[in-house]
Amino acid sequence: MKNVYLDNNATTRIDDKVIEKMMPYLTDNYANPSSMYDTAHVCANAIEEARCQVADFLGVKNEKNIIFTSCATESANTAIKGVVSHYGNKETKNHIITTQVEHPCVLSVYENLEKKGYKATYVPVNENGELNIDSLLSKITPETILVSVMHANNETGAIYPVYDIAREVKKINKDIKVFVDGVQAAGKIPIELEDTDIDFYSISGHKFHAPKGVGALYVKKGNLFEPLMLGGHQENSLRAGTQNTPYIVGLGEAAKLAKENLTYELTEVKRLRDKLENGILSSVKNAKLNSKSSQRVPNTTNIGFEYIEGELILLYLNELNINASSGSACTSGSLDPSHVLRAQKVPFTSLHGSIRFSLSRFTTEEEVDYAIKNVPEVIKKLARISPFQDELKALGL
Amino acid sequence: MWEYSDKVKDHFKNPRNVGSIENADAIGEAGALSCGDKLKLYLKIDNGIITNAKFQTFGCGSAVAASSILTEMVIGKTIEEAKKITNKQIADALDGLPPEKLHCSVMGREALEDALKNYEGEDWEEVTLEDEKQSKIICHCFEVTEDAIIEAVTKNGARNLEDIGRLTGAGTACGRCKELIQNIINKYVKNEKEKLNPVQKIIKINTIIETVIAPELKKDMGDIELVNVDGNNVYVKLKGHCSSCANSKLTLKNFVETKLKELVDDEIVVINE
Repeated sequence: MKNVYLDNNATTRIDDKVIEKMMPYLTDNYANPSSMYDTAHVCANAIEEARCQVADFLGVKNEKNIIFTSCATESANTAIKGVVSHYGNKETKNHIITTQVEHPCVLSVYENLEKKGYKATYVPVNENGELNIDSLLSKITPETILVSVMHANNETGAIYPVYDIAREVKKINKDIKVFVDGVQAAGKIPIELEDTDIDFYSISGHKFHAPKGVGALYVKKGNLFEPLMLGGHQENSLRAGTQNTPYIVGLGEAAKLAKENLTYELTEVKRLRDKLENGILSSVKNAKLNSKSSQRVPNTTNIGFEYIEGELILLYLNELNINASSGSACTSGSLDPSHVLRAQKVPFTSLHGSIRFSLSRFTTEEEVDYAIKNVPEVIKKLARISPFQDELKALGL
Repeated sequence: MWEYSDKVKDHFKNPRNVGSIENADAIGEAGALSCGDKLKLYLKIDNGIITNAKFQTFGCGSAVAASSILTEMVIGKTIEEAKKITNKQIADALDGLPPEKLHCSVMGREALEDALKNYEGEDWEEVTLEDEKQSKIICHCFEVTEDAIIEAVTKNGARNLEDIGRLTGAGTACGRCKELIQNIINKYVKNEKEKLNPVQKIIKINTIIETVIAPELKKDMGDIELVNVDGNNVYVKLKGHCSSCANSKLTLKNFVETKLKELVDDEIVVINE
């Protein structure tokens, strides 16, 4: 069997149509889009077309509200640090709120701001990984300047009610800014930012079949922030640095294709995900579902295998050419178990053996069937190495 | 993806001596489910010689590989020889482990020691391992010595576990030495606190009251003013809401004093004028 790629929340393959669209800007159309001649104008126009495509993808009317960045981590850093620098001060406007299950690109920035004297509140989730809006709102104080909540979780796929959160936050204090990390929602569920109370929204190209190294940040009109990158006047002076024409063009095309394929994602990808999930849960006796949120993106499942360690599972799956992940790729370098699964109190018995499978529109039925056949065999094999034989026998393994 | 040697890969793909030994003469355990790795080692011992060894491991690829090769290493050895097996020897036998995974070899060594301790009971005698003879090793995963951690604190300005981890690697794998490292940091950072002269101390106390403590009290409609500093006695005046608040004494004790102790000097006593 060729490679079975079930790690699409880590990154995705670039759509051939995206590469095709990018090629002229990697070859003949190399001019600096800021320059004053026709060939440069071609590049500048291509960037503006991509801006319209991304705006359309995010349900934003005015494409001027989209800024291109190098990745979603840059988008998140720009929004959070930019808001805090512009609206915050360490005496009276020093409080920022987020959740315990955010991606490290948000959590690390919050922790860094704490070191600099700001106060941060990390709102917990329940055992299904769901967020209680009232609990989040109760953390707001007169000092609060920013609330950051992810649209969908990278590890479990849980969807958070970001539109409702933004609306309720503004009812308490319209000056509080709301940032949404939309990386794992983009391309998987509809996004409509116009007429919502969300101030900032970040996306990453490589999570929906554009190349790595390009992202975007939506900034609702009327919001100021201190730019992260200073230099030239590109991107309306909000993100200096020569624009990456080919990658921005790729992002625009990928956004267009993602919008066109959304129905497929919500029906067919979901069907395959459910087939994989049910196939594993029904045949593996120590398997427990971690993706328990009532609202979930259609491509993700996270399953914990009790008394077996996750890296070992991944290494054995790798031998069978099945690619999956244990926790988020960023977390694995630290060896600590996933902060997302800990936040939803997944017991130690299955915490360390939790595996995420994430599909895309390129995942085939044949690949899913191959995984359904092989994952249970790997788990059975590894169960024999575990020192918890009595516990595994009690589960029927 | 970790850089595993071919030998590590071979041992986790085809682990040797998996399972348990019925009527084992010695059983040793290391690690725990909550930490993400646990090893159970079974030994058969005849006339002081280990004749058979089996293992069961809950852990990553390198944990299984370290357990597997450990069983191969101990079979045929006398108890005295087995006692001298170090975690470094286990890692070397696997043609090395990634630095972040060295704790797996430590777990192997610990399970072996536990098994032999259980076997010998009261006759157990601690052996000094080769790598412990020189400077005291704090982090066994990365073989970081006490001296190296002291240097990181005193010369490179490390102030917390994170800094030590970045500078030396200590404490970033299994984390069992974190408490020891924190103790070293506390000891040497405290020594630095004591070096403040009286004027520097007053300035520091004043700054902390103005920038850290007062803003907190203002949240509850209160305020604080520094009246005098005499040695380690800090005289303050509480204003506004705080002065009539029944909790004011508690606020003082718990908050102002804790903050000043933490940031200036452990000996500080706060007195409300």
